[in-house]
Amino acid sequence: MTAPTTTSASLGELLTRLTGDEKHAPSAYSTLDVLWVLYDRVLRASPDRVDDPGRDRFLLSKGHGPAAYYAVLAAKGFIPQEWLDDLAGPDSRLGHHPDRLLVPGVEIGSGSLGHGLGLGVGTALGLRAQGFTDARVYALVGDAELDEGSNHEAIAYAGATGLASLTAIVVDNQSSTHGWPGGIAGRFHGWTASTVDGRDHAAIEAGLRAHNGAAPHVVVAVVEKKG
Amino acid sequence: MRQTFVDTATALLDSDPRTAVVLADISGDAFAPAAHEHPDRVVNVGIREQLMLGVAGGLALTGLRPIVHSYAPFLVDRAYEQVKLDLDHQGVGAVLVSVGASYDASSEGRTHQSPGDVALFDTLGGWTVHVPGHAGEVGPLLTAAAGHDEPVYIRLSTQRNAQARPGTGLQAVRRGGRAAVVAVGPMLDTVLAAVEGLDVTVAYTNTPRPFDVKGLRALGHSDVVLVEPYLAGTSSAVVSDALRDLPHRLLSLGVRRTDLHRYGSPKDHARWQGLDPAGVRESISAFVGADAGPARGRG
Repeated sequence: MTAPTTTSASLGELLTRLTGDEKHAPSAYSTLDVLWVLYDRVLRASPDRVDDPGRDRFLLSKGHGPAAYYAVLAAKGFIPQEWLDDLAGPDSRLGHHPDRLLVPGVEIGSGSLGHGLGLGVGTALGLRAQGFTDARVYALVGDAELDEGSNHEAIAYAGATGLASLTAIVVDNQSSTHGWPGGIAGRFHGWTASTVDGRDHAAIEAGLRAHNGAAPHVVVAVVEKKG
Repeated sequence: MRQTFVDTATALLDSDPRTAVVLADISGDAFAPAAHEHPDRVVNVGIREQLMLGVAGGLALTGLRPIVHSYAPFLVDRAYEQVKLDLDHQGVGAVLVSVGASYDASSEGRTHQSPGDVALFDTLGGWTVHVPGHAGEVGPLLTAAAGHDEPVYIRLSTQRNAQARPGTGLQAVRRGGRAAVVAVGPMLDTVLAAVEGLDVTVAYTNTPRPFDVKGLRALGHSDVVLVEPYLAGTSSAVVSDALRDLPHRLLSLGVRRTDLHRYGSPKDHARWQGLDPAGVRESISAFVGADAGPARGRG
């Protein structure tokens, strides 16, 4: 199955179906451009291979505000677009935090912050142990989510052991209360890093492809400061 | 029990390519030969228990069967949210195997003790909980648990009975008329010593979850004493529910909630908790009545 192509304009329409708010431009969603580039150009996953053991995995660790994620999943055909019309309703499969048991293509249920990177480390190790050496694991966290100490257990372990099939994506909208003096990329010891404009699709794609096969890779996607 | 666990898990790594072992330094040396043989399936994450459970969840999501091991307070208490979310909420299982129990590490103090671990699993759904009373019970329990995908907790202890009792159901060890005393795991020998000369049934189980409700009812007693090596009352709701259609009385013995702030030996702690033979006898005698009245069994 070929994933349907779409434009940022139609993504905007899908977001409007989710939120009912026509005033919000796509730029209001911090993760939207990164998610679009990942699913459109990089991730080797599609609706017809959601159960393929060798697929790439995308783990949305930052589970809150998943509108952009749902819109991209709908645009790429993982879920019917009609699902977007009843966000968090009593019979809806789409809630304010995604649930992997309810949504095809969603690899983890998330919401409580700081769980996706650990699950991502385990997923990467499990794929490697079973010989799926081409499969890559992407985990998206927020800059404020990095406040949770569990992330740093995963970051330290993956860096020290050279878990090269793991990519962390940090969407940085400068919302961490105390910030990251010295920069976010510098917290990922033993990782390679790309810090990119989180609205520049070519830069995002280059960052997502910059892993070197020997170390885990982090892409810090910087967007506008959270208002 | 710990060595039997290491030996069995190592054999499972050899025989079943789905098996993986996840550690946070505890027992790392014991698993070194297995790690050498199976470097991709023996993962020691260092002293990082949140990651240990996250890794287990990730491994299970890819189809492996993780065996996750540490001291009970670090495996269960510390990483409780990871157990809840990285396993249960993702719809995957693992085999969690702890050492330390309630006060095996008596001289280490409260930080190394987890009397509340089994109660924490009761806040979640669907966990099987094994509390073996002898090393000879550990191998079959672990091997069976590794063979499926459901969530299983195995609570190992240095406290043990003289004799292994295979199987998981409630088994009658001796028969009496006044009450059924249910000993969980390593409490059996203490209970047998405690009830010497008392007219009570003694039954044993190493599997408090799911509790063998049918086996309990089959004992035919309306007076029941639970003797558990973890928090007192952990199984009282289960037993009350099992007997809800019958007039019954229940005494729940186990570890109390107070942090004693004392060191000493496991034997000392058993005495302070009323879980030595003398303490258990006193509690049971008071419950069934000191005088030898008519048997109160309904069977």
